[in-house]
Amino acid sequence: MSTAQHIWTVIGVLFVLLNIAAGLIWVERRLLALWQDRLGPNRAGPLGLLIVLADTLKLFFKEDWIPPFASKAIFVVAPAIVAGTVLISFVIIPFAPNIVVADLNIGLLFFLAMSSIGVYSIVLGGWASNNKYSLLGALRGASQMIAYEVFMGLSLMGVVMLSGSFNLGAIVEAQRDLWFVVTQPVGFLVFFIAGVAETHRLPFDIPEAESELIAGFHAEYSGMKFGMFFIGEYLGITLISAMTVTLFFGGWLGPSFLPPLVWFILKTFFFIGVFILLRASLPRPRYDQLIEYGWKVLLPLVLANLMITGAVALYLKDS
Amino acid sequence: MSLLFYISSAVAIVATIMVITRYHPIHALLYLVVSFLAIAVVFLSIGAPFVGVLEVIIYAGAIMVLFIFVVMMLNLDKVTSEQEKTWLKPNVWMGPALLCIVLLGEMIYLLLQRGDNVSNIAVVEPKSVSVALFGEYVIAVELTGFLLMAGIVGAAHIGKHKKRNLHRYLTEEPERNMPEPQREAETINT
Repeated sequence: MSTAQHIWTVIGVLFVLLNIAAGLIWVERRLLALWQDRLGPNRAGPLGLLIVLADTLKLFFKEDWIPPFASKAIFVVAPAIVAGTVLISFVIIPFAPNIVVADLNIGLLFFLAMSSIGVYSIVLGGWASNNKYSLLGALRGASQMIAYEVFMGLSLMGVVMLSGSFNLGAIVEAQRDLWFVVTQPVGFLVFFIAGVAETHRLPFDIPEAESELIAGFHAEYSGMKFGMFFIGEYLGITLISAMTVTLFFGGWLGPSFLPPLVWFILKTFFFIGVFILLRASLPRPRYDQLIEYGWKVLLPLVLANLMITGAVALYLKDS
Repeated sequence: MSLLFYISSAVAIVATIMVITRYHPIHALLYLVVSFLAIAVVFLSIGAPFVGVLEVIIYAGAIMVLFIFVVMMLNLDKVTSEQEKTWLKPNVWMGPALLCIVLLGEMIYLLLQRGDNVSNIAVVEPKSVSVALFGEYVIAVELTGFLLMAGIVGAAHIGKHKKRNLHRYLTEEPERNMPEPQREAETINT
């Protein structure tokens, strides 16, 4: 790939992602309204599409307030970390055979590394706000994300074993005959649940549970700093959906009547829809229930999956 | 590549010096995170991406988060910063620093003697790391597992507490016969 082509790929990916993150404001509200038998935003523009513009403008013009009791530098840096790490993670995703920003050999590990750096945004944001509700949110967020990172990493190892590579392009190619969701159903389920917890979306949004903690770790944030958390969350949804598609649903593979990129986007949007459906339909568990569910249900499940996958892979290799 | 190496190692050194000289524990820990990230970039720039990513996942992403988690809960503020200032007086660090400068001089001399044969490093694939861990060094891995298990069991033992009854009608029989104030005290303390 030439340098110019490379630069265009980077710009294109960045442009599409930021637009998707903004557009999800509308998608989420309309879909939630549909599933809850309401109308949702339908006033501004056709089908209410201009709500995206209105919401963005509102965020930009709000007073950008830093509380006098906050630890200023860290307070400002925290929202940038979440958006930054999630955007960097997209570097490794193969959107189509030739459209990938960096074809890393250790792509999967890079994704895990970036998602573990993303924890800092919650922890630092909550701590720097110097507010008891923010601190509680930060504590919850840190323990939730550290715990679910473990299951996320372990659930992916079955895929790595079957494809024999950490490279996402190779993982997609390995699914030409059969999607990994068929051979790794447990891995897929655990990865998706851990993904919901990592992006702290409902039903696992206990770091910001509004009914208990006002807004949790971002209670003190306003204006575009809050907007960064907001965009980071939508980008996180897109990232987990794209990773699910790449790892378990054949990435850009699909019947040839549509181009690969279209298949990838269609599949990704399906999983974004599932994220929103989860929000519309499930209640939030208690904090201890979430942690208990992780360590007592998901961990044994994912370890058993790892052992069985390893045993079957060895058996097939020998015979 | 070597320019990237020198930039990131300079960042690592500066960040580590900042870790030592900051008075506020959280700021010091953040510089430590930066230092780990810089070391990861050092690994990447000399062609060892696997070690670099592991550095980020394990040190920057897991261990330092737990450090910050604990320090955050201790709520160390201005008082501890003042205390730290009194500890970090020149007469405290002068002696070790002078001795370290002697060692640094020796190290620079040795490095200059040997010339640069640092860059010819073989890339270690994830597969060979796993083969070494679960083949040659399997006993060490198992023993580490035992050690971690002991830690987990200890933590579970300390963290275990009696099931709490949140409603007085739900208490078990023997507790219901207790006099009223004592029972309340018990439900709070357990």
